[in-house]
Amino acid sequence: MKLTLKIWRQKNSNDKGGIQTYPIDNVSEHMSFLEMMDVLNEQLITQGTDPIAFDHDCREGICGMCSMYINGEAHGPDRGVTTCQLHMRKFKDGDTIYIEPFRAKGFPVIKDLVVDRTAFDRIQHAGGFVSVNTSGNTQDANAIPIPKDDADKAFDAATCIGCGACVASCKNASAMLFVSAKVSQFSLLPQGKVEAKRRVLNMVEQMDKEGFGNCTNTGACEVECPKGISLENIARMNREYLKASLASD
Amino acid sequence: MLKSSIARKVAMALSAFFLMIFLLQHLAINLTSVFSAETFNELSQFMGTNPLIQFVMQPVLLFGVLFHFIMGFVLEFRNRSSRSVNYVKNNGAANSSWMSRNMILSGLVILAFFCLHFVDFWIPEINTKFIQGDWTGVVAGEEGFRYFAELQHKFVNPIRVGVYCLAFVFLALHLLHGFNSAFQSVGANNKYTKGLKKFGTAYAILVPLGFIFIALFHHFNH
Repeated sequence: MKLTLKIWRQKNSNDKGGIQTYPIDNVSEHMSFLEMMDVLNEQLITQGTDPIAFDHDCREGICGMCSMYINGEAHGPDRGVTTCQLHMRKFKDGDTIYIEPFRAKGFPVIKDLVVDRTAFDRIQHAGGFVSVNTSGNTQDANAIPIPKDDADKAFDAATCIGCGACVASCKNASAMLFVSAKVSQFSLLPQGKVEAKRRVLNMVEQMDKEGFGNCTNTGACEVECPKGISLENIARMNREYLKASLASD
Repeated sequence: MLKSSIARKVAMALSAFFLMIFLLQHLAINLTSVFSAETFNELSQFMGTNPLIQFVMQPVLLFGVLFHFIMGFVLEFRNRSSRSVNYVKNNGAANSSWMSRNMILSGLVILAFFCLHFVDFWIPEINTKFIQGDWTGVVAGEEGFRYFAELQHKFVNPIRVGVYCLAFVFLALHLLHGFNSAFQSVGANNKYTKGLKKFGTAYAILVPLGFIFIALFHHFNH
C-alpha cells in the first residue's frame, strides 16, 4: 500500500507544532499501525531526520500506552482495539491518514504524539485503591461471597487500561468514563465499599482539578473505548457521588 | 456543591426534568384550543389568575428556564476550555449523534425562540395584569375571554408560523438527546433504560409535533 501520512509534529510542550506530510510506500496490510510507524521512523532516521515520538509498550492491547488520534478517532477506525491492535488492512491503498496526539487540557503534549497522562495517576492516587492489611495474614479475598452479577460488573470496569481514549474522543475532554470505571470496580465489591464515599468524592475532585471537562452524555467514550467500558459506570459514579455528597460528614 | 462537575450536570438534569414536565402541561392546555375555544379560554383565565400559578409557579418556571440556559452556557464554556488545541481532523459522527454534539446550537435556537415567544405572549400578559392591573381576561366591548382570539391572531402571519415550526424542530433535536441524557446524569441507567430511551424518543418527537400542529391548525383556520 502507498499512503500519505499527515502527522502532528511538535518539538516540546512549548512549541506550537503543526501537521507535516510524509509519503510512505510498501506498507503491508498485515502490519499493525505501530509497525507502520516503525517503518516510517526507520526511513526518517536513514534520511537523518528526527523520528516521530509516539507512546507504546506491550503492543498487545493490555498496557494502554499507545494513543494516537487517527483519522479523527482515538485508536483509529476499528472498534474495541488499541492502536497497536489496529491493522493496516483497515486502510486502502492511496489513503491519506491524519495522525494526531490525544488532545485535552489534562493531557499536555510532551513531544509529537506523546502526551502526559499522569493526570490519570493523580486521580488514582486520590482514591483508586482499597486499604488492606498487608501484614502477612490478610484474609483471602475469595473467602468473601460476592454475587456473580456484581463480580462480573466489577471485572468489566476493572478492564479499563487507562489509555485515555475516552478523554480524547469526548467533545468536552471529559474523563468521567475512566474515573467511573475506577470508582465502579471498587464500589461494587465488599472490600471497596468501606472507602466508597471518600473515594468517589476525592477522585471526582481531583478529576475536576486536572481540568477535564463535564460529561454531556454523548456516548463517544463508550464507542471508542478499546475495552468497551459501559456508560452504566458513569451513571453509577453519579449515584455514588450524590449519595456520598448528601450523606458525607 | 455546584462547584463539582457531577453536581453541575445533576442540576442541569433536574432543571431539564422540570422544563419537560412544564412542556407537557403547556401542550395539554394549548391542544384544547384546537377542540374548544371556550375550554381554552377557561383554562387560560384559570392559569392567568390563579395566585399559586402566578406568584409561585411562574417565578419558579422563570428561574428554571434562566438556570437551564445560564448553566448550559457555563458548561459549554468550561468544556470548550478543556481542550485548548482542537483536532485538525475529528470524526465526531463516528461515535456520537449530531444532537448530542450540538446541544448548545439547538439550545441557542430555542433561546432565540423564547425571546420571540415572550414578546408575543408573555410580556403583553405581564403588561396587562401587573402594569395595567387588568385581571378580568376580557376586552371591553367584546364577548367572552380574550385568550383564544389573541392566540389565533398571532398565527395569522405565515412568517411567524414558519419561525415557530422551525424552533420546534430544534426543540425536538434538543430533546432527542436531552431527555435520556437527563436520566443518565442523575444516575438512572438500569433495566428500564432501554424502554425509557424509546419513550424519550417518542416524547422528543410528539411534543414538538403537537406544538407545530397547533400553530398550523390556527394558521389555516383563523
